[in-house]
Amino acid sequence: MNDVHVKDGVDSETVEAVKALSGTYKYGWNTEIEMEYAPKGLSEDIVRLISEKNNEPEWMLDWRLQAYKRWLELKEPNWAMVDYPSIDFQDQYYYARPKSMVEKPKSLDDVDPKLLETYKKLGIPLKEQALLAGVEAPDGERKVAVDAVFDSVSVGTTFQAELKKAGVIFCSFSEAVKDYPELVKKYLGTVVPVSDNYYATLNSAVFSDGSFIYIPKGVRCPMELSTYFRINAENTGQFERTLIIADEGSYVSYLEGCTAPKRDVAQLHAAVVELVLLDDAEIKYSTVQNWYPGDESGKGGIYNFVTKRADCRGDRSKVMWTQVETGSAVTWKYPSCVLRGNDSQGEFYSIAIANNMQQADTGTKMVHLGKNTKSRIVSKGISAGKAQNTYRGLVSMHPKAKNSRNFTQCDSLLIGDKCGAHTVPYIEVKNNSSRVEHEATTSKVDDDQLFYCRSRGMGEEDAVALVVNGFCKEVLQALPMEFAMEAQQLVAISLEGSVG
Amino acid sequence: MASSPSSNISKKLCLDESLWANCGQWIKNARLSAAKRVEGQGLPKRRDEYWNYTRPDAFLKEKIDFDVVSNKSFDIFSNNLSTVIDYEDGVLKEKKLPVIPGCSIESLQDAAKLDEHWAGAVYGVPEAAGQDPVKRSLAALNTATASQGLLLLVSGKVKNPIKISAVSNGSIDSTIHHIVKVEPGAEVTLIETGHYGARANVVLEVEVEKDGSFHHIRVQDGQQHNSLTHIFGRLGPNSTFKSFTLSVGGTVTRNECILELLGDTSSATVAGACIGDDKFHHDDTVFVTHGAPNCESRQVFKKVLRDGAVGVFQGKILVKEGAQKTDGYQISQSLLLDDNCQFLAKPELEIYADDVVCSHGSTSGAIDEEALFYLRSRGVPKTKAIDLLTLSFIAESIEEVENSELADALLMYLTAVLEVR
Repeated sequence: MNDVHVKDGVDSETVEAVKALSGTYKYGWNTEIEMEYAPKGLSEDIVRLISEKNNEPEWMLDWRLQAYKRWLELKEPNWAMVDYPSIDFQDQYYYARPKSMVEKPKSLDDVDPKLLETYKKLGIPLKEQALLAGVEAPDGERKVAVDAVFDSVSVGTTFQAELKKAGVIFCSFSEAVKDYPELVKKYLGTVVPVSDNYYATLNSAVFSDGSFIYIPKGVRCPMELSTYFRINAENTGQFERTLIIADEGSYVSYLEGCTAPKRDVAQLHAAVVELVLLDDAEIKYSTVQNWYPGDESGKGGIYNFVTKRADCRGDRSKVMWTQVETGSAVTWKYPSCVLRGNDSQGEFYSIAIANNMQQADTGTKMVHLGKNTKSRIVSKGISAGKAQNTYRGLVSMHPKAKNSRNFTQCDSLLIGDKCGAHTVPYIEVKNNSSRVEHEATTSKVDDDQLFYCRSRGMGEEDAVALVVNGFCKEVLQALPMEFAMEAQQLVAISLEGSVG
Repeated sequence: MASSPSSNISKKLCLDESLWANCGQWIKNARLSAAKRVEGQGLPKRRDEYWNYTRPDAFLKEKIDFDVVSNKSFDIFSNNLSTVIDYEDGVLKEKKLPVIPGCSIESLQDAAKLDEHWAGAVYGVPEAAGQDPVKRSLAALNTATASQGLLLLVSGKVKNPIKISAVSNGSIDSTIHHIVKVEPGAEVTLIETGHYGARANVVLEVEVEKDGSFHHIRVQDGQQHNSLTHIFGRLGPNSTFKSFTLSVGGTVTRNECILELLGDTSSATVAGACIGDDKFHHDDTVFVTHGAPNCESRQVFKKVLRDGAVGVFQGKILVKEGAQKTDGYQISQSLLLDDNCQFLAKPELEIYADDVVCSHGSTSGAIDEEALFYLRSRGVPKTKAIDLLTLSFIAESIEEVENSELADALLMYLTAVLEVR
């Protein structure tokens, strides 16, 4: 970012903030801990081994093997505007767990102190009653339950007992396979089918752990649930799977965070997230993605190839994806909504920041199938350094999705003249009672809004700040409070004078 | 609907002596390199991303399985105000082309007999440049095989529009390749009306040099016919390019416009409107590349669809590194008059310069019920009210036509079309 030419109107604070964000990756340290690895490479034996390590039943192994077979037939997608050296799938580990986790600890008190220390250092204390760092506890009321995933295993899940009282199931995926096989069998792979895409299929074969959540009928989850993903081991891919089922009339807010140490070699992270929403259910899913982005020359970093999809099966169900994407060397991620139920709603709010050599190709799909369905997309992309940032999205109104509505807004900001910002939306309207509106800009602040503020006596700088901050808040406000704090620190960017 | 394998077509092409015999060196070279492009790239396939929303089959089938019913185009633009050149069944009708001040008009077939020609520097050149990053093999096929077309060398400000009026009957498969070179400070308006054949592959290559300006107005009418058109334009410093297409007829139509703004402060507008029913499938594919600073581009497209009609818009603004102070605008809107039609759009931005203002918008929906109610409450019958709202919807795109007389003529024509619909 040094000596970068910046266009007029972008203030130095913004540039400094982006610089700060890129220069110091706070979570780049690694934990010295004894690990147990599966042999390098990918084969049917590795798939069997992972299943065995997780003590899985036969049906789960069969499912994995079927996925593996399918994966061998698939080709790596190349349509995204990202460019990276081809991945050698045989040159990495698909399973790594701390030796202390071989015997699953009975409670958090038995967990290796080194692991607990790791999460403490990340600002995620795994002690119950504790809160995310930086958040004032309003009368000790707000609680966040955490499932901590370290490389291939879940280290522990907090507040399980208290959640159970409310009927909420919150556990690691491997536990769910053992303890709630009926639920897992019923919903696994129904939102993101085994053969959905290259990386989802790979994940289906080799996923090691992840989080499982079931919110029963009519239950409003008493606290926010979260999963914190940490990649620690070298040359190891992380493949986690998250399945959230919100039964009729239930509500849950789920947060997800992730970091990784600085390594010279790129690491693969291919996750699958499936959300199922029945009648009147609501899920708020928030992500602050802060994987190691690689250094200024593009060395190292995480390849983040993630498939996230929500299936609004029930009428009047509602899902909201909020993401702040600041990390990863390469991001390939499209959290989507299938609006199957009548009157269901999908929302997508995203801030994607790409700096140095980072590449992000991210967006969403809103597939309207039910009547009176609504969707809203607000995406902000910021590119700096030599980064490339692409919004890619689909809004599809099927013939039967009468009276549906979509509004899409994508805005891009470029800081410096060596980066790129791109917008690739697909709009497919197949009935005439639906309305679709799409807007995208790559520019300075909206002149009309600026003029409005100016004509009321505001100075130019203040007017710009007001307009831009107002817009940025639209996304940040969609985050739950705990996350908004972290996101604000992460984004830490005043966008004054730049976005339109 | 079987499409013939591309290798067969291009091989056949390279062996086709009739394309190479008795013609001058410049056209031989151009045809040969175009044939090589087709050979190398292959023809479009259904699964090509670039043909996502329109099946290329209509343009690839070996045979045309329908006849065009003879229908003379409406006389939209008064003939005595323009220089008229007639095409019948894809062939130039005039033996002697008109001589007008400021512009030399030649036919491709005559020029092809010469060993050297100014068109040698243009013919196939913008088309070849337009093959990257997206392959447009059917345009290259046109360059390789076209024997009909006009070559306009514009050296002054041409007062009256030059109008190409095309009619055709039967199952004519025509390939037309026009060239326009606008020299520094020169100006011309080209009008195209009607259709060249039951199936037409038309390429128009335009070079606009410094301070030059090129205006293009096209009306695609008639009943059943499939048209694939490509405009390849390259703009020099401070030049102007404006193209407007009104489509009220045809079955499968794909209008591609590929523009490169190569000189500073040049300005390009591509606009279009279409109205269609039933099997009407209308595709506007636009690719505007900003390769120089301080340029402006506009894309304005309106589609009115009814009874099974499909409207497609694929538009892209590419701003290259260094093309600072670019102002790029793109809007695509559809009005769906009933529940049986589709609008499919892919409005893209690809930007590598930071000090730019680029925006795109796309909307789709039914007729505004409140506006309809307003008109009806004032005694306007429903069908008339819908026509009025349709007209006002499309009128926004006609506003992009600079010549007000021509814009008025287009509006009058549109009103007439709506009345008989």
